[in-house]
Amino acid sequence: MSGTGIGAAVRRKEDQRFITGKGQYTDDVARHGQAAIYFIRSPHAHAKIKKIDTSRTEKMPGVVGVFTGAQFAEDKLGNLICGWTVLSKDGSPMKMAPHAAIAAGKANHVGDAVAVVIADTLAQAKDAAEKVVVDYDVLPAVVDPMKATAKGAPLIHEAAPNNTIYNWHIGDADATNVALKNAKHVTTLEFVNNRLVPNAMEPRAAIAEYDAASGSLTLWNASQNPHVARLVISAFVGMAPENKLRVIAPDVGGGFGSKIFIYPEEVVCLWAARKLHRPVKWTCERSESFLTDAHGRDHVTRAQMAFDAEGKIIGLKVHTTANLGAYMSTFSSAVPTFLYATLLSGQYAIPHIYCEVDAVYTNTVPVDAYRGAGRPEATFVVERLVEVGARELGVSPADLRKKNFVKTFPYQTSVASLYDAGDYNASLQKALQIHDYKDFGKRKRESERHGKLRGIGFANYIEACGVAPSSLVGQLGAGVGLWESAEVRVNPTGSVELLTGCHQHGQGHETTFAQLVAERLGITIDQVNVVHGDTDKVQFGMGTYGSRSGAVGMSAVVKALDKVEAKAKKIAAHLMEAAESDLVFKDGKFTVAGTDKSLAWGEVALGAYVAHKFPTSEIEPGLKESAFYDPTNFTFPAGCHICEVEIDPETGHTEIMSWTAVDDFGTVINPMIVEGQVHGGVAQGVGQALLEHTVYDTNGQLVTGSYMDYAMPRADDLPSFKVDTTFTKCPSNPLGIKGCGEAGAIAAPAAVMNAITNAIGTEKIDMPATPQNIWATLQKMNRPQQAAA
Amino acid sequence: MYAFTLHRPETVRQAAGLLTKNEDGKLLAGGQTLLPTMKLRLAGPPQIIDMTKVEGLTGIEESGRGVTIGAMTRHYEVNGSPVVQQAIPALAKMAGMIGDPAVRHRGTIGGSIANNDPNADYPAACMALGATIITNKRRIKADDFFTGMFSTALGPTEIITKVSFPIAKKAAYQKFRNQASRFALVGVFVAKRGSEIRVAVTGAGSNGVFRVPSFEEALKKRFSPKSLEGMTIPADGMNSDIHGSAEYRAHLVGVLARRAVADAIGKPIA
Amino acid sequence: MASTEMTVSMTVNGKPITATIDPRTLLVQLLRENLRLTGTHVGCDTSQCGACVVHVNGQAIKSCTALALTLDGADVLTIEGLAPADGPLHPMQEAFRENHGLQCGFCTPGMIMTAVDIVRRKGHDLEDRTIREELEGNICRCTGYHNIVKAIAAGAKTMGGGAPTSQAAE
Repeated sequence: MSGTGIGAAVRRKEDQRFITGKGQYTDDVARHGQAAIYFIRSPHAHAKIKKIDTSRTEKMPGVVGVFTGAQFAEDKLGNLICGWTVLSKDGSPMKMAPHAAIAAGKANHVGDAVAVVIADTLAQAKDAAEKVVVDYDVLPAVVDPMKATAKGAPLIHEAAPNNTIYNWHIGDADATNVALKNAKHVTTLEFVNNRLVPNAMEPRAAIAEYDAASGSLTLWNASQNPHVARLVISAFVGMAPENKLRVIAPDVGGGFGSKIFIYPEEVVCLWAARKLHRPVKWTCERSESFLTDAHGRDHVTRAQMAFDAEGKIIGLKVHTTANLGAYMSTFSSAVPTFLYATLLSGQYAIPHIYCEVDAVYTNTVPVDAYRGAGRPEATFVVERLVEVGARELGVSPADLRKKNFVKTFPYQTSVASLYDAGDYNASLQKALQIHDYKDFGKRKRESERHGKLRGIGFANYIEACGVAPSSLVGQLGAGVGLWESAEVRVNPTGSVELLTGCHQHGQGHETTFAQLVAERLGITIDQVNVVHGDTDKVQFGMGTYGSRSGAVGMSAVVKALDKVEAKAKKIAAHLMEAAESDLVFKDGKFTVAGTDKSLAWGEVALGAYVAHKFPTSEIEPGLKESAFYDPTNFTFPAGCHICEVEIDPETGHTEIMSWTAVDDFGTVINPMIVEGQVHGGVAQGVGQALLEHTVYDTNGQLVTGSYMDYAMPRADDLPSFKVDTTFTKCPSNPLGIKGCGEAGAIAAPAAVMNAITNAIGTEKIDMPATPQNIWATLQKMNRPQQAAA
Repeated sequence: MYAFTLHRPETVRQAAGLLTKNEDGKLLAGGQTLLPTMKLRLAGPPQIIDMTKVEGLTGIEESGRGVTIGAMTRHYEVNGSPVVQQAIPALAKMAGMIGDPAVRHRGTIGGSIANNDPNADYPAACMALGATIITNKRRIKADDFFTGMFSTALGPTEIITKVSFPIAKKAAYQKFRNQASRFALVGVFVAKRGSEIRVAVTGAGSNGVFRVPSFEEALKKRFSPKSLEGMTIPADGMNSDIHGSAEYRAHLVGVLARRAVADAIGKPIA
Repeated sequence: MASTEMTVSMTVNGKPITATIDPRTLLVQLLRENLRLTGTHVGCDTSQCGACVVHVNGQAIKSCTALALTLDGADVLTIEGLAPADGPLHPMQEAFRENHGLQCGFCTPGMIMTAVDIVRRKGHDLEDRTIREELEGNICRCTGYHNIVKAIAAGAKTMGGGAPTSQAAE
C-alpha cells in the first residue's frame, strides 16, 4: 500500500473548497437575468381545485409570469413516473396514478403545487403569490395507511381502487405457516416504522436556462443522479430531447436518497424558463422541503418468528402495509418490496419466510428511498424479533444469534437473496469484546444506584448494496439497468481525468476514486481529477445511492483502467522495442523483464499522443478508455452494532452511553471516510429511534413541518462511536468492495430499541422513543402495580 | 418577509414617539423571535422600530440589594457578567441556557420579556426572583407584568428600559428542552430570598408563565427537595401537544422543581 | 406596500462595503446575493441549523436572523475571510480537514465559524461534552458530529499554540 493508495486514510481533496466557503452548490449559481419562482401549494390534504384567479397579480411589481396546472397541462407534457413496476400477487401491475408537475383539478397532499409565480425577486414573487386566489372544494382526507383501504375511505386516484397500489408477496406461505404451527415458541411483534423526513442540510434547488439560439435547456439541480434526471425529464416528461437538455449537479449538500428522485420543481423551472426566455431559479425553503422532499419509511408491520426447541429459527412471517403517500415517487415501489423483503433472512439461516406487502396511497407527501431504503425496516423486523425471542426464551441474545447465523457461503435465502460471503460471528465476537459486554451487569447496577435504567441492545444487520445486476432488476420490474460507467482520459503528461457516472454529495469520491487510479497508474492523487455530475461531460451514469459507488462505480473504473493499461502496454512495447508479453507494469513504470529497460508512466502517455513510434494502423494514437460495468450480484455488507443506553425514569430521557460498530464492508479504500459514513449513518438511525417523527393530524396537516417540531439529532444527542471492521472479500467485484454508506442507518434503530426495551422491561413501545413516549410507557407499566400497592 | 419601513430611533423618547405615530409599529430588539416569525410571513408589521441605536438601554448595574439590567442587554452579557454571577448566579446560568450561543449574542432580556413566549426562559426567572420591569412610564412587578400567552401589561407606547432583580443566592433554574425546538418544554425556576420562596414555571402552562403556590408552601417549611417528594400539579391548564401531553408536562413540573431546589441548596441530583 | 430602500455600510472581511437595500434584506442575503459571498449558507428558516453563522464584531451570530440595516457600521467576518486568500488556512479549517470533520460541506462554514467562536469564549482545552453543548445551534446531517467534535478539540489546541491536529502529531 502506498501512502495514498487503497486502504490509506487520505485527507480529502475536495475539502479545500468546502472549508474555505468556495463550494458551488446550486443556490450559489447565479445566471444573468435570472428570475425567482415561487410555488403556490395546496394548504389542504385533499381538495378539488375549482378556480384559480390570478388577475390580481398583474399589477404587482416585478412579476413576469403566473401559471397554473391547467396551463401546464395545455402544453401536453408527460407525468412524473415511478420507474419500477411491481406486480401484485395476482400478476396485475401496480396502480400508478398520473402525477402532473403542477396539480390540475385536484390537490392530493398539503404542499402539492397548484400554481407558480415568477418574478424578478423572490420577495416579489411571494408578494404576488398572496394575490392569487385559489378556490378549493375541500375533500375528506386519509393519512393513516391502515385506514386508506377501509370501506368508505376517500378515494385519492381513480386509477387505484381502494387506494391500493399493489398487494405483493414473496416466499412460501404454506411452508411458513406449517413452521409457525410446529414451532416450540413463536415471538410476535406489531409495530410502526416511523415516517422520516430526510433533511439533507442543503435544501433542494434548481435553476433552468433556455438558450433560444440552440433550442437547448440547461438545468442546475441538486441531484444524486443527473443523467437519470435528464432521461426521465426527456423521455417521460417530454421536456426536450436528451441532446438538447443538459443537467448539472454541482456540489450537492447531502442527499440520503431524497435527491435521487425527479421532482415537479425542476420540471416546472425548465418549462417556465423556456416559456419566459429567462433563467428561472428555485431554492427550497426548509419548511417547504418538509412538504415536498420524498419522505422515508412509514411501515405498519406485524411479524412472527418461529423457534424450535433448540432455539433454531424455523420460520418468519411478515405482513407490512407501506404508505407511499399521494403519488408514486421515482423508485417508491421497489423500496418496501425488493429492497425490504429480500433481506428478511437477516444474518440467519431461516428455512421458511413469507412476507406480504400492501402499498397504499394516502394524502401525504410521497414516500421513497431514504438512507437504507427498505433495509433498515427489514433489519428492524428481524433484529427486534430475535432479541425479543431471546428474552422470551430466556437465552442470551448473542448466543441465540450465534446459533442461527448463516455459516457457509454462498447461502441461498428463502427470499431470493444469495449471500456471497461473510463471517457474522467474527463481527459479533469483536463487537462484544470492544464493547466490554461482559461487564454490562456491573454498569447496570451502577446506573441503578443513581436511579437510572440501563439497557443494552444488538443489531446484527445485513444489507444488499451494489445495486444492481441489470438483468436481475429488469426481471423484477426496474425500468433501467443499474450498471455504472467510467472513462479514464490520460493526458499526454500522464495526469488523468476520471469521469464517473457516480455523483458525490458527501462521500468523498474526488478522493477515493483518485486513490484507486493513482495506485493503479503509480501517479499521485493530485494528478487525478475526478469529473462527475454533468451530463455534457460524463456520457451516462446511474448516480449514487444504495451504497453502490464503490462496488459498482469503482468496478467500472477498474475495467477502464484495465483497458488503459493494456493499450499503454502495447505502446510501451513498441517504444522499448520489446515483446509485450515481457513487459511488467508496476509502481508507475513499464519494465522489460530480464533487462534494465524501463519507461515511466508519463513517458508512455506522451508516446501514445506523439504517436511516432508505433503503427497507428494497428494501434490508435491517444490514451483514453471507457467501460460499463454491470454487477453480477448484489453485495452483502453486514455487521454487529451494540448500543448501550441509560434512561432517566423520572423524565423518560434516554442518553446513549456507548456505541460499538463492527462492520464487514469488504475492501476499504479509505478507512477515514468509511468510518465517517458509519458515524453519520448511526446518527440518522439514532434520530429515527429517539427523535425524528413525522406527524400528520387527521386532516392531513403536517404537524412536524419545521425544525421547531421535527427533532433533528444534535451533537449533544449522540456519543462518540467506537467503530471497527472485520473483513471478508466480496467475491463478485474486482476490488472486493461491499459498500458502507447505509450500514449505520440500517443497524441503529433496532440496536437502540433493543437497548431501550431491555432497560424499561417492555416491548410495547414504538419509535421514536422520545422522553414523553418512554415516560408514558413506564406509567402504563406501573399503573397496575400502584393500584395493587 | 412582508415589506416594512424601518425606523432607527436614537432615544427612548423617539422610539415611543414612533410607536405613538404608528399604531402598527413593532419594536425590534435582538430579533431572535420576531425575525423568524416575519421570515415565515406569520407576522408582517409594516413599521419596524429598531432599538439597536437607542442610548442607555444596555448595561448591568448592582444597586444595593439588586441588579439592574438594561433592556437591550444581550443574553451572553448577562451570562458572562461577574456582577450577575456574584449576586444571582442562577440568573447568569439561566441566561446561558437560552437558545444557542449565536442566539445569545443577539437576543435581549427586554425582547424576551416583552414577547412573553410561553416557552421562553426569562419570564420564569422574573417571576421567581420577583423582578421589577421598568418602562419609560412606570415600574411593574413581574407578578403583574405577565398576563398570558404572548401578552403582557405593557401599554401600546410603553417600552421596557430596564429589569431589576433583587439579589437571590439560593435559586436555580431547571430546563427540560423540547427536543426539536430546544425551547423549554418545561422550565422551573425556584428562588429563596429570606422567607420568601417562589416557584415559577415556563413552557408548561397554556396561559404562559405561572407560579406554584402549593410547592412554595411546602418549601417554606423546609427548603429541600424532600419537601416536594410525591407532589405534582394538576394537568388542567397545561399545554398539550405532540412533544408533551398535559400530564407529562404537569409531571415534569414536579420533577424539575425538586431538581432545581436541589441545585439551589448546592446538592444537585445526578 | 413597497419598501423604501436604505443604505448600509459595514466592513466585510476587512473591506468596507456600502449597499442600498430593501429593509427586509437579511445579513445572509446581503452577503450571498449582493456581495456574492456564497460560503455562508441557508439550511433552515427557523434559525436553528447554523449553516449561516458568521462573526459580527467578533461574535458568532446567525446571519439569517439579523436585518442587514441594523448592522450598519459592523465588522463582519465570513468563512471567506477567515484565512488570507493566498495564505495558509486558519487552524480550525485545517483541523476540519485533518479530522474529516465534514462530508457534504454544506454545514461546514457555519460549523467552522461557530468553532472559532467557541474557542474565543471557552479556551483551547475543550472537553467533548463542552463542544457538544456549544454546538446546540449547528445541525449536521452527515457526520454524526463525531469528527466535528474531534476537529474542534484539535483546532482549539492548535489555535492556542499547542500541538497541532491529531494526525500531524503522530
